[in-house]
Amino acid sequence: MKRELTCIVCPRGCALTVEYEVVDGKVNVTQVSGNGCKRGITYAEAECVAPVRTITTTVRTTADHVVAVKTAAPIPKEKMMEVMEVLARVRVEEPVRIGDTIVEDILGTGVNVVATANI
Amino acid sequence: MKEMQTKLVIIGGGPAGMAAAVSAYDAGLRDIVILERDSKLGGILTQCIHNGFGLHRFGEELTGPEYAARYIEMVEARADGIRVYTSTTVTSLTQDKVVTAMNREVGMFRIQAGAIVLAMGCRERPRGALSIPGHRPSGIYTAGSAQKFVNLEGLMPGREVVILGSGDIGLIMARRMTLEGAKVKCVCELMPYSGGLIRNIEQCLNDFGIPLKLSHTVTQIHGKERLEGVTISKVDERRAPIAGTEEYIPCDTLLLSCGLIPENELTRKAGIEMDPVTGGAKVNGERETSVSGIFSAGNVLHVHDLVDYVSEEASLAGLSAVRYLEGQNDMPLDIKVKADGFVRYTVPQSVRRAGDVKVYFRVADVLRNAEVTVTVDGEGVYRKRHIKLAPGEMECVALKGEWLDGAKEVVVCAKGEERK
Repeated sequence: MKRELTCIVCPRGCALTVEYEVVDGKVNVTQVSGNGCKRGITYAEAECVAPVRTITTTVRTTADHVVAVKTAAPIPKEKMMEVMEVLARVRVEEPVRIGDTIVEDILGTGVNVVATANI
Repeated sequence: MKEMQTKLVIIGGGPAGMAAAVSAYDAGLRDIVILERDSKLGGILTQCIHNGFGLHRFGEELTGPEYAARYIEMVEARADGIRVYTSTTVTSLTQDKVVTAMNREVGMFRIQAGAIVLAMGCRERPRGALSIPGHRPSGIYTAGSAQKFVNLEGLMPGREVVILGSGDIGLIMARRMTLEGAKVKCVCELMPYSGGLIRNIEQCLNDFGIPLKLSHTVTQIHGKERLEGVTISKVDERRAPIAGTEEYIPCDTLLLSCGLIPENELTRKAGIEMDPVTGGAKVNGERETSVSGIFSAGNVLHVHDLVDYVSEEASLAGLSAVRYLEGQNDMPLDIKVKADGFVRYTVPQSVRRAGDVKVYFRVADVLRNAEVTVTVDGEGVYRKRHIKLAPGEMECVALKGEWLDGAKEVVVCAKGEERK
């Protein structure tokens, strides 16, 4: 089977063509073309097998400011809104420095949510 | 009025201003002043909390505030040569390089600069510039203002959103508002193509099932106190609304992402020659304007897609300013760079120094099976095929110094198949 994707790894936005087969309900990518670099292949495989996204958002501080955060690595795409709901309830103490862990292992994904701004 | 003297004054403390200061310092200059209107350095980056910054400049994917923090640290580490005045507004600039500014501590003051880098960035096109009929209810914001509310103030502008304009900020805000629980009903784009990066259409709209309505615009604002809805219409190839295609969409918020305008009031008042297409100054390869010793870089010069390129350009401007101060920049040779075919503009608009120089350009339409060519005094020196060129993506050709030796005119041309 064939799938057309737009690579979102970098601003170049390569138009990828992915060929894959489904064996016993498992997706097996056989060929990726149109990619400008190796990361395009990794993206295409992940996108067809188990798509992931990095979430960038804010959390509130106890002083009622907001501070920017991100998932330190991409998380499963279907968990995006669930992650947002967890983060909506988080309150952190100021000061916060870039890189501080805000939530450890969010939703059991093995990924930490870390601060991306100082406050 | 207090009078000061400084070798290099940089107007603006965003990514361009900081990169110019750091590169000037690293070239040996120790008398640098940054004048910043906001209360802290960083510019627009601090509210751009999404990622995708820094892949070129730092080799890793950073968010806006992280990218800004890297440069803020670099500026702070060079405090013996870079003085930063925040909450300081520049009110005028002259060809003699006198900068008039004011802040609360000093009041009005004047700086005689040896060289100046303009790094004021750009601002958004507001509703008043768009001629949309209807009342002026609350609930209509530029996408960047909404971004500031959500990301820095923690306030939601509304719950049911229509976005006009598919520039990157509009796309980013479509995702941001959705993640924060709003319903983004659609993104309307006047043009038959999006002005944003393709990856943003994918990850900001397609990921959330937000429709992108190309060749559509808002033709009526409904509501008197608070926005109640908008009428959108399809437009023809001359961008005129087509009667009978009106569709009413209830919403309490309209975000406008309808283009960025380089903020060049100071530049114009100083009588610096402008490029009507970019909205920025005309510059040569060193990013020097028509006034010797005044340089321009970043979004005040032309709107960039990526902050990485802003940093790169501003580093060049900072270095050029140091060369100018050292008296090395006085090369009269001026080779014009002209845009031809589908190339809408080039930056720089001329090149001076012999040596390799990068020329950035944008095309006026989406082109497939395109070809970019460079001719020097009528002779072809460069030819490259592109599967696709789009107005939303800045392109670059590297001119080799050997092509430019004794040349008078360089022409950058793009041709290709237009959209149907």
